[in-house]
Amino acid sequence: MAVKAHRVGMEVSIAVSHAVQLARAEAIAAYPITPQTHIVEHLSSLVANGDLEAEFVNVESEHSAMSACIGMSATGARTYTATSSQGLALMNEILFIASAMRLPVVMTVANRALSGPLSIWNDHGDIMAARDIGWIQIFVENGQEAFDHSIMAFKIAEHYKVLLPTIINLDGFILSHVVEAMEFLDQETVDSFLPAYHPRFSLDPKHPVTMGAFAMPEVYTEVKMSHQMALVNSYERIQKVWDEFGDLTGRRYKPVESYRTKGAKVLLLTMGCLSEVAEEAVDQMRDAGLAVGLLKLRLWRPFPFEALRAAVGGTELLVVIDRALSLGGAAGPVLAEVRSAFYPMASRPQIVGYVIGLGGRDIPPETFKEVVAQAQAEAQQGPTAEYHIFGVRG
Amino acid sequence: MEKFGVAQSQKFDTYASRLLPREEYFTSGHRSCQGCGEALAVRWVCKAIGKDAIIAHATGCMEIVSSGWPQSAWMHPWIHVAFENTAAVASGVESGLKILARKGKLKGPMPKVVAMGGDGATTDIGLQALSGAMERGHNFTYICWDNEAYMNTGIQRSSSTPYGAMTTTTPPGKMSIGQHTQKKNMMAIAVAHKVPYVATASPSYLFDLYFKVRKAIETPGPAYIHVLSVCPTGWRSATDLSVRLGRLAVETGVFPLYEVVDGKYRMTVEVPKLRPVKDYLKPQGRFRHLREKELNFIQRYTLAQYELLLKKCESPYPEFPTVPLDEEPQEG
Repeated sequence: MAVKAHRVGMEVSIAVSHAVQLARAEAIAAYPITPQTHIVEHLSSLVANGDLEAEFVNVESEHSAMSACIGMSATGARTYTATSSQGLALMNEILFIASAMRLPVVMTVANRALSGPLSIWNDHGDIMAARDIGWIQIFVENGQEAFDHSIMAFKIAEHYKVLLPTIINLDGFILSHVVEAMEFLDQETVDSFLPAYHPRFSLDPKHPVTMGAFAMPEVYTEVKMSHQMALVNSYERIQKVWDEFGDLTGRRYKPVESYRTKGAKVLLLTMGCLSEVAEEAVDQMRDAGLAVGLLKLRLWRPFPFEALRAAVGGTELLVVIDRALSLGGAAGPVLAEVRSAFYPMASRPQIVGYVIGLGGRDIPPETFKEVVAQAQAEAQQGPTAEYHIFGVRG
Repeated sequence: MEKFGVAQSQKFDTYASRLLPREEYFTSGHRSCQGCGEALAVRWVCKAIGKDAIIAHATGCMEIVSSGWPQSAWMHPWIHVAFENTAAVASGVESGLKILARKGKLKGPMPKVVAMGGDGATTDIGLQALSGAMERGHNFTYICWDNEAYMNTGIQRSSSTPYGAMTTTTPPGKMSIGQHTQKKNMMAIAVAHKVPYVATASPSYLFDLYFKVRKAIETPGPAYIHVLSVCPTGWRSATDLSVRLGRLAVETGVFPLYEVVDGKYRMTVEVPKLRPVKDYLKPQGRFRHLREKELNFIQRYTLAQYELLLKKCESPYPEFPTVPLDEEPQEG
């Protein structure tokens, strides 16, 4: 490793706020919501103590948080916020506008179940309800990934060929509030990696521009198409930034990570910090002689279709894990995407989907073993349902 | 600052209009209706703001008529995001400028930040964002274009629609006289936030409007201006009567022109003898269903409200205390 790094033990939320500090975020607007609070609390104290030169605006709602972020980013300031669950739902309207206006706001979402019933605990229902907002969306698995991505996200979002806001999904409580050992980077290294943000257009009386003009039917579709192209094309830049970061730190990232997939007949597919539990389960199943491997989906938007197909290869059975529901629909959001990715393929695995871990339901390695056993039975007898909600009592 | 009363302002076109800026920042070619009082107000407010300013605008009539891509009537840097969040967007713009200036990235004078929105965007759906921005004390001016209903969507009532007015969602009928609630007092709400400069204004009194905007943008911290914007389309009035109706609103006491500086109320256009409200209501089709009974009620209510306002102007007590900065506890 070429850079100076030091190992620290720290709560992941605090580490994220230090990463945002190292990234020299200039403007922050945030509203408190469990379990995002430790991130913004710590950022406030960094600003209050003069350790981060930034404007911190304590807005009166998440709707205003995202609105203020748009205003901040439009002036050319490097802008950050964090939220969760109901907060993400409240800012939903403005999320679409931030991406359509191509403003590179970076946001951490401490994933939490949506109400009702009210639940402060973890699942992916919040971000899946905001799936189509046109932002880059990345899931992290542990504290180190959360720290690294909180720096890389700015570099990805602000690149002139990308200019898209970016969400880092961090599982609430079970990751956000966990104390982990992480490799920190020093300021010099981060500065060399992440240059200052210089937008081509900003709100400047010397060069006045109109931002947020409305579109008639003649151009609306074209604007949406250019947004779609920007998001799809950001894939290449995301991988470049990951590679550059890998060269710098030795920590390499890919849109789809494979774990013990060699020779696997069954592949599990997970997102977020559940992947660490799944690794444990895969180890135990491998020890028991089962040919089970794991795919970890890191990049959710733009969806890595090719990388996923390549990672699945010729596996016979793919077991997709969702932590969110699409009530009344054909599948959980991840399952729907994965099925869609394989439908046009001449040869494709059998795909079985399970929804687990809603509203903070604990998932031990045994759950994955049971899921794999059930999926194998289902694969043999043929589908019995569009997808399964696992472990429902009563 | 000079006081421009009724007498002076009536002569403005004969002697002083030359002194006002010739630069146009809200340019022709926009698609507002004929006789739009709001477009007139926007044009003069933009002149008063001057070049070094950034405008955040809410969704609404003025946004729709002026910013259809690829055209724009705005010569200022201008941002529109949504309907209910303009004050929050302006908070963000002001904060962004502040940190860029502090870090030496912003060269030249600090641009003024101005937020604009209609009465729906201000008194209804955007009230929370506005309350938050005023409470936080951002250095910005908020201007409400009050045409007294959701005109852009087709004349639906807002909390700023006056008593008795017909709108498409408060139609008069056997069981209804139209809008049955009184107009929300946004100025009092702004004053309750200890906003140091609050004013009403009208494009029918251009000098009064012009200098109020100047005062507002020069006031450190938040400022709020509520501009009555005559809407011939929604008010069912003749398009050549817009300026006249703006005058009549003031002359009848329906929309008094005043300012509240550091919590102290002051009439800026004094009306020696109020005209009967009928003079204002009669040219407007939205009030034509009203009977003598309701007209009398509106007359009595208008006078009572006006009296209260005069009492506030006479009061030696400000609405909130102001403590000079050097008496505030020091940081550290």
